[in-house]
Amino acid sequence: MADDNNSKLISTLDRSVHPPHLYPAYTSTVKRAPANALMPVAQKISDLTGPTYGEGTIGELDSDLTKNSVVNGEPVGERIIVVGRVLEESGRPVPNALIEIWQANSTGRYIHNRDQHDAPLDPNFRGAGRCLTNSKGEYRFVTIKPGAYPWRNHENAWRPAHIHLSVFGRNFNSRLVTQMYFPGDPLMALDPIYLGLPEKARPLLISSYAHDITEPEWALGYRFDIVLSGSRQTPFE
Amino acid sequence: MTEQKTPLLQTSSQTVGPFFHYGLIFGEEHILVNEHTLGQRIIITGTVFDGDGEPIPDALVEIWQADVNGYFDHPEDPNHDKADKHFKYFGRSDTVKNGVYSFKTVKPAVATCNNDTQEAPYVCVRVFSRGMLIHAVTRMYFPNEKNNETDVLLNSIDANRKQTLIARLVENNDLPTYHFDIHLQGAEETVFLDL
Ligand SMILES: [Fe+2]
Repeated sequence: MADDNNSKLISTLDRSVHPPHLYPAYTSTVKRAPANALMPVAQKISDLTGPTYGEGTIGELDSDLTKNSVVNGEPVGERIIVVGRVLEESGRPVPNALIEIWQANSTGRYIHNRDQHDAPLDPNFRGAGRCLTNSKGEYRFVTIKPGAYPWRNHENAWRPAHIHLSVFGRNFNSRLVTQMYFPGDPLMALDPIYLGLPEKARPLLISSYAHDITEPEWALGYRFDIVLSGSRQTPFE
Repeated sequence: MTEQKTPLLQTSSQTVGPFFHYGLIFGEEHILVNEHTLGQRIIITGTVFDGDGEPIPDALVEIWQADVNGYFDHPEDPNHDKADKHFKYFGRSDTVKNGVYSFKTVKPAVATCNNDTQEAPYVCVRVFSRGMLIHAVTRMYFPNEKNNETDVLLNSIDANRKQTLIARLVENNDLPTYHFDIHLQGAEETVFLDL
């Protein structure tokens, strides 16, 4: 592999769709955003490789958040099924991608010990799960629809309902941490974390209602596809 | 399969937020070695600081590196069959204790498959936190490496900022301990990479 600053074997983060480091309306970015320009760098084998996951990574109930932390009954709230595919930019599916999720319960409360929101915890809902994509890049979680919750960014600030996702793709450069939102949530238009995204990128973070995934008498379905950077560079026509 | 004519838009990053620990931190992921791993054990530790020089106690630091012989256990490495199966290559740590992260690992060799006699060994680092809409990427280099003088990346950085990528060796511990502080902003801001 030549050490050539111009060679890019895999795609890097597309800065036109990712949020900037500094977005002052989200006040915590002000002291945490690097001020210097990011340095261009030649790709190395360390960028083409990354952690791999397979059999044994995931336990049987890991992807069912309505079952994986039951103590004395079912968690309270609206049961949902979230499905989607993890894809490269070419549309090629990414199998064995590890997806980890964490979220608030139906009242908008995280089980995290630093969450001080005055809303009840649910003894039967921890709000964390993981799964691996199958050979077609598909994943599926069963969970409870998270509630909106207040935060201290500005007066009367509320986060829209969201699920946090962490994804490992084919290499370390495809690493992504993001949030999935729900269609029609009026809080998105007021949320500086969501609004920190370039406009063209925003719709891609909103899941769509999927009636084909909805199971009668049981749970509503949502679809959320994830496209990762770190794709092999192939010429596009 | 379905190859697109034009590339799909990447899904954008969003902040990891303050409450990721119970979703992402599983027991021992900051320990990359077991009793069978090849190589001298080292500690890599440091503090993540904000622009006021305050430690950030809700950051997530991830590392990815070669093994002690310069191999990666991943099919893209042509020598991956020689990679140490007892090494974990990937690690993650929170910074709950005063902004301090810590890893127990081995010192990587220069990646063999790069065939680059001028390259210096390094560890890939990613930093996530509340207040970061997107993570920051950097590399940690080791002090007193002769190839630090010839490495293409290190040499492309101004002398005064280059030091932000080179860890400090602290001798007074059981294991060789490399201190690598990460300054997201400020006079000592770490050099972050466009990857
Ligand atoms: Fe959240």
